[in-house]
Amino acid sequence: MRNILAMAQRELSAFFYSPIAYVVLFAFTFMVGLLFVFLTENFSPGSEASLRDTFNWLPPLLCVAVPILTMRLLSEEYRSGTIETLMTAPISDMEVILGKYLGTLVFYLVMLGATLFYVVLLTFFGRPDFGLLLSGYVGLVLTGSLFVAIGLFFSSITRNQIIAALLGAFFLLLLTILAWIIVQFADVKGTTRLILQMVSVMDRFQHFNRGLVDLNNLVFFVGGTAFFLFLAVKVMESRRWR
Amino acid sequence: MIQVKNLSKWYGPLKAVDSISFHVREGEILGFLGPNGAGKTTTLRILTCFIPASSGAASVAGYDVFTESMRVRQVIGYLPESVPLYPEMRVREYLNFRAKLRGLSATDRAAAIDRAARRCRVAEFIDRPIGQLSRGMRQRVGLTEALMHDPKVLILDEPTVGLDPTQIRETRNLIKELAKSHTVILSSHILPEVEATCERTIIIAAGRIVASGSPEELKERITGSSRLIAEIRGPADQVKSAVSQIHGVGHVEAGLVDGWNRLVIEAKGGQDVREEIFRLTSKNGWALREMRREVASLEDFFVQITAQQNIAREAPSST
Repeated sequence: MRNILAMAQRELSAFFYSPIAYVVLFAFTFMVGLLFVFLTENFSPGSEASLRDTFNWLPPLLCVAVPILTMRLLSEEYRSGTIETLMTAPISDMEVILGKYLGTLVFYLVMLGATLFYVVLLTFFGRPDFGLLLSGYVGLVLTGSLFVAIGLFFSSITRNQIIAALLGAFFLLLLTILAWIIVQFADVKGTTRLILQMVSVMDRFQHFNRGLVDLNNLVFFVGGTAFFLFLAVKVMESRRWR
Repeated sequence: MIQVKNLSKWYGPLKAVDSISFHVREGEILGFLGPNGAGKTTTLRILTCFIPASSGAASVAGYDVFTESMRVRQVIGYLPESVPLYPEMRVREYLNFRAKLRGLSATDRAAAIDRAARRCRVAEFIDRPIGQLSRGMRQRVGLTEALMHDPKVLILDEPTVGLDPTQIRETRNLIKELAKSHTVILSSHILPEVEATCERTIIIAAGRIVASGSPEELKERITGSSRLIAEIRGPADQVKSAVSQIHGVGHVEAGLVDGWNRLVIEAKGGQDVREEIFRLTSKNGWALREMRREVASLEDFFVQITAQQNIAREAPSST
């Protein structure tokens, strides 16, 4: 546990040293502001006091933002050779992965925390449903957690950060948008449709965003996170044998 | 302290380490010498649990490097060849992070870092970002990291590469001092380095141990080929034939250097023929301006041995 925390702390401070993290933080908060004020009905007189429409746009945004945050995590260690000092220190591969995951998740929560500003605005001008807001935030935290785990996995398979980011973003967009679009609009039936529905992050997120905390969806996000973290550990282990 | 038995490592079809065995006693300082690509780094990486061996066994402080990897990692301080560090971190921050991984408590950490930093003279730039440091400074940071938890075993892969001569001397002295309380393995492809610091040397070429022993022992193995160089003024052919007839003299090579005959004399079986040569010159009235014995250096031995290895390696593959 101490090792995981030490690792998480290092990763978190690495974010605050990195210009890329600030750019992502800035772009994300800017986009959320844009969505809240102009692109959705969330901040207009007479409409419902909620962040539902704004939140609906966040998973696609995170498909791009999170892989940029996670691309560095292991690729950079491979490239610069610091992986050698890490893998010869008394810390297990699993602790390394969990630490990196945790550090990134905390940074993501900080990023998400910036949107609390709009909650304050809503309570100032209206009477939002806090249960609904809370459920939406739970959905965003779970989505972010899964995305960080997936991004971390793609960073573990290559020493090139750009490739890690591109593969991660591509995979996430596939999972989030494409699956959703196909299920919504295309005429696919049978097993294909069932599988697409099952992995569609957007569908599952929208349950939370409607105020529905469903065990099935909870298991999907938590299980998915665990699965990709497990894969990342295995990839890291396997690199020793090359 | 360190036991290695029949250790081999394959990288695909390439055999990087070929069944090597050696042991290092507690408090010993062992030099690992070989040309680039001989398998030094691979061997050290197996000992530090970075990569597993293909076959064979190795143990450090009684712990097997494969099955008790965590324990091995705890007793080792390791300085990898390229000294990888996080450029965005400050030195103290980095050392603190590493000390946490080593399991040192908060109070021990500060004390351990201070002590090691002073020892490696890192203290003067301990609050600077690593990215701004020179190569020599980075090397010292790496060394600080390797020894701050007072490990039983220090493994240093090419610890003086990229340092200037003053730093090299300082690093060598530091390593010698460390050897009083630690077991040290250091690798190098530079001979004087190993000659200056190590009690025992293992020469490795093409993944195999080709020789081992103290620098003196290694030298002894080649005294048979020591040579004598003499410069004598006199008629060239007479001088050469007279010297050749001295008992115990083998091959003689003669040349002219600004009017003097410069003879390179090989003595049979390491005999000392200097007195005979002096008698010969004084008897004939020839002037003798220089006479010195050239003792083969470890360097000659190293070149000779690794060249043999290369020939041996190329021969079977070409047929």
